Parts: sequence; structure tokens; C-alpha cells
Amino acid sequence: MNPFTYHRATNPSDAIADHNRVNGAKFIGGGTNLIDLMKENVEHPSRLVDLNHVGLREVSDREGVLKIGALVTNNEAAYHPLIEKDFPLLSEAILAGASPQLRNMATCGGNLLQRTRCYYFYDTATACNKREPGSGCDALKGYNRIHAVLGASDKCIATHPSDMCVALAALDTTILAEGTKGVRKIAFADFHRLPGDTPEKDTNLAEDEMITGLELRARFSRQFKYLKVRDRSSYAFALVSAAVGLESENGVIKKAAVAMGGVAHKPWRDFEAEKTLHGEKPSEEVFKKFATSFFKGAAGYGHNDFKIELGQRTLVRALSEAAAKGVWL
Amino acid sequence: MSSVQININGEVKDLEVEPWTTLLDALRDKLALTGTKKGCDHGQCGACTVLADGKRINSCLTLAVMHDGAKLQTIEGLADGDDLHPVQRAFIKHDAFQCGYCTPGQICSAVGLIKEGKAKTDEEIRELMSGNLCRCGAYPNIVAALKEVMNK
Repeated sequence: MNPFTYHRATNPSDAIADHNRVNGAKFIGGGTNLIDLMKENVEHPSRLVDLNHVGLREVSDREGVLKIGALVTNNEAAYHPLIEKDFPLLSEAILAGASPQLRNMATCGGNLLQRTRCYYFYDTATACNKREPGSGCDALKGYNRIHAVLGASDKCIATHPSDMCVALAALDTTILAEGTKGVRKIAFADFHRLPGDTPEKDTNLAEDEMITGLELRARFSRQFKYLKVRDRSSYAFALVSAAVGLESENGVIKKAAVAMGGVAHKPWRDFEAEKTLHGEKPSEEVFKKFATSFFKGAAGYGHNDFKIELGQRTLVRALSEAAAKGVWL
Repeated sequence: MSSVQININGEVKDLEVEPWTTLLDALRDKLALTGTKKGCDHGQCGACTVLADGKRINSCLTLAVMHDGAKLQTIEGLADGDDLHPVQRAFIKHDAFQCGYCTPGQICSAVGLIKEGKAKTDEEIRELMSGNLCRCGAYPNIVAALKEVMNK
């Protein structure tokens, strides 16, 4: 690791001010991704501003809004009684990721800021526009089995690695951010970016801002499914994953929220395709049609071509399993 | 250098560390607590698992300075004198290791798992021990050791 200075912040304002004072400073929460990348010489902050003592550790459910503080750990969130009971899709997604040790360290704010697990991003001997803008992308013609099939660009075909974020996308989460200019709310769909010509920018969070919390309203406490497909049965990143929430009325789908992980630079949603499910009776045929439409415009890069078929089958199974939890009269 | 005070296995230790010293390196190199093992050094193998304020973590992916004021337990702190911790006894009884390199991490992780109280079935034990790899493949015996302690 490169040398850096360290500051233990005592509250969010102290953290933001200190972070803003030093060029190249970074916030650290759990550090499970950042320290790893620092060891690989991919990240080299000049200063770390430790957020672990600024508070922001509460989970509350008031007036229909679940609020999760940014410093709540992944395990604390997954096993929190309010979340287990009313937001089981979120619990299921969090527990599908990483290991218990990592989930005890990793924070809910930090989870959103995870960087890609693209091998070329990690390997400083290769070209990567995300790590070094303008250097090229060795994944395009390389071993790109884990890479994106939707929304990619000729500059970057990396995927976002989070499981938690796939559920947060389906649950229409709002992100609370605070910076030197004050606080603001960001809709989940507007938070992560597609690579385009600037893959070095993962999110729309400003340089001076930190995440302070998450707000969730959609619950899908009955008909839900997080389905993760990976190379081994545990402790591996998703090849593809699906987060599904359904609401039904009079035997038909009233509301459907579907997000996919492992297929794009951000958790992928297709709001237009979701609308076609509304008013339909759940059936394999309906779900297959939806899956086809979800993957329209998908393109493989050789080693990851299989994800287009796998992704569609994953959607159909996740939707069917979520639907099976309901009563369709 | 930063001054850090950590309660390790019931003893308060003062140490001077560079900000970039991982907790794992501080334990092994500054405090000579070499029971905690460095495996992959990237949070993928679990050999470095310790208990921080009762919760299992990977000591390789956290900095010593971040633990100023914390209470840590390592493999050296589990036994009560010559009296082994129940999980240590169960590992011996069930032959839950071969080369032993992953064992301190496995045992600390198991202590954390039992305290969390979420695993009930064999399948759940396997899932919630998935952060600890064993290249010798002692997994079935590790599950048996955990089950014995959990059922007591």
C-alpha cells in the first residue's frame, strides 16, 4: 500500500470537511473493497477519513419509510427484525453476497460504492479505461466471461458486483447524500452510471459527497425472490442475479419490480418491460415474453454470450418463484 | 505513526502503527500473536478471522488504526489457561483439520457463528462458514465439530 494519512471523523460534517481539505482523500467505511484495491495499487488515496465513528448506524421504519444509516453493516441490515419481516427481498440479497466476516465489516453505504470485479480493472499490467482513462479495455477481446451484456460501451464492459444493490434497485430506494453544499436525495436509478465514454465514474455522487443513508418504501413482503446464479454454491460473485417483487390483485399482477445484477455496469431495470406484466396472470409464457423483452439489445463479447440465455432463464425462474408465494384467485 | 490502544484477549495493549498497517500485520508483527494466519491477504480465505467486539471479521482487510479502543479476541485468547474452548475441543475430537493453517480462522469464525445463532441445519452451517476455505478439505469434520458444540 502507498503511504497515507488517517483521520477518525467524529460526525458527518467533520468527515466531509476533512475529506474536502485534502486532495486525494477518500472515505473509509468497512474498507473491505477499498483496502483490497489499495493492496493491488488500483486505489492510492492520500488520506483516509474513517466514518466508523460518525453515527449513522440506525435502522428505523416510520410513516411508511424504512431508513438505513450508511454505517449500518451488511449483516446488521440483513438480520434486522424490521428488514427481515417487511423487506425480505433485501435480506435475501444481502445474505447472498460475500461471507459473514465481510458482511460484518462492509457497510450499507459502502456497498453502493463497490468497484467492479473485472479482472483487468484489478490487474495494473493490463489496459483499463476505468482504472486509467484512455488506456483502453483489455476485457473487450480478452477473457470476458463475467462481463456485461447490457448497456456496455466500447470503452468498458465491466459489471457492478453488488447483490444488495440489485434488491435496492428493485425496491426503488432513495439515497441520502451530504456534501459541502448540503444534503440531497438521489433516486436509485440515477445513482450508478453506465460506462459510456467515462467508465472511471461509477456513480453520480459528487467528489465532496458521502452517502449518509438509504430510504425504502416498496416492501414486497410476500411475493419476492432474489435468485443468484454463480460458479460455486456460495461465496462467489453473481454471473447473473435477479431481484423480483410482485403485488397481485384479483388474480393478476398489479405491480412488478424486476432488477438484474451481473449483466450491466449498474443494476439493470427495464421499466417499460415491467409495465407489460401489469394486469397479466402469471404464467411461464408471460414471464418468457417479459424476459425476451428485458434482454432486447443485449450483446455478448464472446466468453459471456451465455449470459443472455442464462439471464432470461433466471428471470423466468425468479418471477415464477415469487409468483408461487402468492394466492392467485 | 499513530498510537493505538486495543484490548486484545483481555489485555490492554498500546502500540505504535503506521496508518497503512493492517490489523493482521499488527497482530502478527507488532504483538507476536502469530496464531492468526495470513492466507490470501485479500479477504477471500478467512485464515485471518478474528473477533472484533464479538463479531468475526477478516483482519487482513481492516487497518489497525481503525480499531483504537476496540476489544479483540484472537485464537490465543479462546482457551482459559490449559482449558480449551469447547470449539477447540470439538475440532480435536472430530479431526476437523489436517495441515492446520486455516484452523485458527475456522475456529474464530465458528465461535462467531455460534454466537450469531443463525445456523441450525448442516446446510446453514456450510453456508455461514463459507468465508473460511480449507484446502485439505476437512469440511465434513468441521461441520460435525460445530454441530456438537451447537447441540450442547
